[in-house]
Amino acid sequence: MKPTDISAPDYFHKVVDCQWACPAHTPVPEYIRLIAEGRYSDAYMINWRSNVFPGILGRTCDRPCEPACRRGRVEDNPVAICRLKRVAADFKDDVRHRMPRPVAKNGKRIALVGGGPASLAVARDLAPLGYHCTVFDSDPKAGGMMRSQIPKFRLPDTVIDEETDYILNLGVEFKGGHRIDSLKKLLAENYDAVFIGSGAPRGRELDIPGRKEATANIHIGIEWLASVSFGHVEKIGKRVIVLGGGNTAMDCCRTARRLGGTDVKVIVRSGFEEMKASPWEKEDAIHEDIPILNYMVPVAFKHVNGKLIGVTFQKVKAEYDAKGRRNLVPSGEPDQTIPCDDVLVAVGQENAFPWIERDCGIEFDKWNMPQVDPKTFVSTNPKVFFGGDAAFGPKNIIWAVAHGHDAALSIHKMISGEDINERPLPEVHVTSQKMGIHEWSYDNDISGDKRYKVPHRDKVIALKDIKTEVELGYDVKLALGEAQRCLNCDVQTIFSAPACIECDACVDICPMDCITFTENGEEEDLRQRLKAPSPRQDQALYVAEGLKTGRVMVKDEDVCLHCGLCAERCPTGAWDMQKYLIDMTHAGSTCQTKARSAA
Amino acid sequence: MTYIAKPKFHHPGLPKNELGYTHRDYEGKISTLCAGCGHDSITASIIEACFELSIEPHRVAKISGIGCSSKTPDYFLGNSHGFNSVHGRMPSVLTGANLANRDLIYLGVSGDGDSASIGFGQFAHSIRRGVNMTYIVENNGVYGLTKGQFSATADRGSKSKKGVMNTDNAIDLVAIALQLGASFVARSFSGDKTQLVPLIAAAIRHKGASFIDVISPCIAFNNHAGSTKSFDYVREHNDAVNRLDVLTGRDPITVEYAPGTVQVVEQHDGTRLALRKIDADYDASDRLAAMTFLQKHAAKGQVVTGLLYVDPDAEDLHTHLDTVETPLNRLEAEDLCPGTTALEKINASLR
Repeated sequence: MKPTDISAPDYFHKVVDCQWACPAHTPVPEYIRLIAEGRYSDAYMINWRSNVFPGILGRTCDRPCEPACRRGRVEDNPVAICRLKRVAADFKDDVRHRMPRPVAKNGKRIALVGGGPASLAVARDLAPLGYHCTVFDSDPKAGGMMRSQIPKFRLPDTVIDEETDYILNLGVEFKGGHRIDSLKKLLAENYDAVFIGSGAPRGRELDIPGRKEATANIHIGIEWLASVSFGHVEKIGKRVIVLGGGNTAMDCCRTARRLGGTDVKVIVRSGFEEMKASPWEKEDAIHEDIPILNYMVPVAFKHVNGKLIGVTFQKVKAEYDAKGRRNLVPSGEPDQTIPCDDVLVAVGQENAFPWIERDCGIEFDKWNMPQVDPKTFVSTNPKVFFGGDAAFGPKNIIWAVAHGHDAALSIHKMISGEDINERPLPEVHVTSQKMGIHEWSYDNDISGDKRYKVPHRDKVIALKDIKTEVELGYDVKLALGEAQRCLNCDVQTIFSAPACIECDACVDICPMDCITFTENGEEEDLRQRLKAPSPRQDQALYVAEGLKTGRVMVKDEDVCLHCGLCAERCPTGAWDMQKYLIDMTHAGSTCQTKARSAA
Repeated sequence: MTYIAKPKFHHPGLPKNELGYTHRDYEGKISTLCAGCGHDSITASIIEACFELSIEPHRVAKISGIGCSSKTPDYFLGNSHGFNSVHGRMPSVLTGANLANRDLIYLGVSGDGDSASIGFGQFAHSIRRGVNMTYIVENNGVYGLTKGQFSATADRGSKSKKGVMNTDNAIDLVAIALQLGASFVARSFSGDKTQLVPLIAAAIRHKGASFIDVISPCIAFNNHAGSTKSFDYVREHNDAVNRLDVLTGRDPITVEYAPGTVQVVEQHDGTRLALRKIDADYDASDRLAAMTFLQKHAAKGQVVTGLLYVDPDAEDLHTHLDTVETPLNRLEAEDLCPGTTALEKINASLR
């Protein structure tokens, strides 16, 4: 294998699995260390720069970081990264003075359609540069789906208000209750750029017999959640069936439990494991006495004189074809009718752009989605950008934020007259953590603690009020325990072959058998010859040459604990522990030229 | 040394031996030796050898004297019996323990100071008697604990860290062991685990006095130019006569050897030692030739390593003394006190 180029910004970035998996590339270990030190405000600001909504995401994020977390490969459970983010938000001091100050306007105007996470992220990046950002939303307050679709018992309004205000206070103009009905009209107002972050606002229909007749008691999930959120709906029948297996379905069923539903069921076509809902959301629903029934396909709404009385289901089973694809086929059991008073349909979301005239210079594909460049987020109209669910269909808040950062960079470059396809490299800092012979500026003593549970409010109390937050969040002590579980994967093992005397001290001490000195070979062959098996091809091998014996040092990054024992046992300082920090390029990062070399 | 404990986590895919243990289960406390010490590699090799042989840790007694090397039994086999004796007295304590309970595996760990100076006589006699043990000398040529004075194994003409020349002749423990009748004699290098691990495994399986001299560079005081026990010197002057594969009962010989290149030696317990010859003329079953070979190469400044001599049919001290097979702690009163009639008989025979 060729020696690893550790100066490439991506190499060590990939080793920090959580940060690499995070669409916004939040420097997770860095803020977790700050939490452990009790520096909650600093931890919050690091998050705020990367993901814009730490308090909101700390309660609602889909957590792509956690399945990626190295700790999950070392023991049973990853670090509770998401809930630690909430700790930073919960315990921080007043951070208003740390926010960017409104600056004199530069005369350029940006229109942002939709007041959700994508648009707000764009405004957050562009307003401090002097752009005049105007956010339009049909709802009276900013937040988009974060406010309308996520139930208050998961995400209180106060948290949304605080974090949307941080952005609006940067001098962003918010036009609430102002629906954009025509892009043409908006473009005619001569904005320098238009960003469309209007989400995926339409709930998918379930067109089966009885749908029309019983419509009074059949509700589309996200619309119903929005109505609850804005106080238009306060009650639901006692027996409720929720159709669908995603996170919206979980929000629907738990909301129904709080609005008078005593017998609430979630009924899903697929099996339990394949459900789209996050495992923890399913757990929370089950905890609130909501059964989840699987392999049942709704075939008809039963009604008497227009009054819904139940739903009929066909029973299916999963069969896998030669290619491993799953098909749901009838199991042969008789259909079952489950009586109910109301049905909530949460079988998916769709984009809808009836307000974009097809002659605005924006091309649509055969699925009626705008053609958007996945890197720059520009549409076929060079002044119109898309992001969030509006760009590539329903995803999560953290994706919307990531899109927002990238789109803001494109908008800034476009208006500055630069090529938007040229993306400046991120800024990378690599700093030795050595303080003394066996002292490091990070805590390298690995905690053996198991993942700490987040305390929940008592169920009886939680179910009484739709606005009472269920999760209480970690207290300081639990947060410290959980923070200590982080393996500090951003503190990298850096090897210098010329200093190495091949004494094997690092090989002998490494608790995870990560390090091997051997003859070089092709990657596949090398992986067979490592000290411990190396089943994960996606985890890099760090190869260094230049040793006296002509062998190479190979380190499998897979399960390295970053405990620094290799460096402590190294007599010549050939190993060092160096903290790797990567600042993703956002609009207005000081240097915008490609010439900059990273690391 | 290191101030944090070695984390308990281990690689999820670590292989397990017949007992279901990983090699991590054979570790002891974390080493307090200097960073990079060759002794730590020997510790790791002992761990690996015991893991590969699926040895039950509680069936091992590890005994040592005084010195850096003699501290190491604390760093491996944390669940074994251990005795840290006075300086140079490891062989006597080991001999005594072995006589009392022949069922345990005896691992004597010593250094060049402990075995070639203060304990030289003890070393000689335990070898001479053929005590069934694995005697490992972690040989760095200096007194590391007292800041690097030459030890008795330092080569004449080699230099100390400050540049002082050693004017005394060196004791070659391997040569002495051969002369005194050790039935398994090997030399190896802490920086070459592929050679060292099978040698330790074979020595443990050998019945009789097994002696391994392991050159183990002292990073702090003897790893400079002018030293003959440094990583660089040993790597440059290493003359390995053979490579060893230890084949325990359940392993079929899967490696194919070219004819004439391998010598298979079967030991008492059925272990087969496949010696892959590197030096075609070297015969590991010829004690006299081995001694000559060693002398010749030592004169050229070469460090001869490998399995230098093995007598698979050796006898041990218990055989010579015709001792009882049961460990003494399991002998009951009736075994030890044959009764009045027997006593009278004995007395009568002496009248």
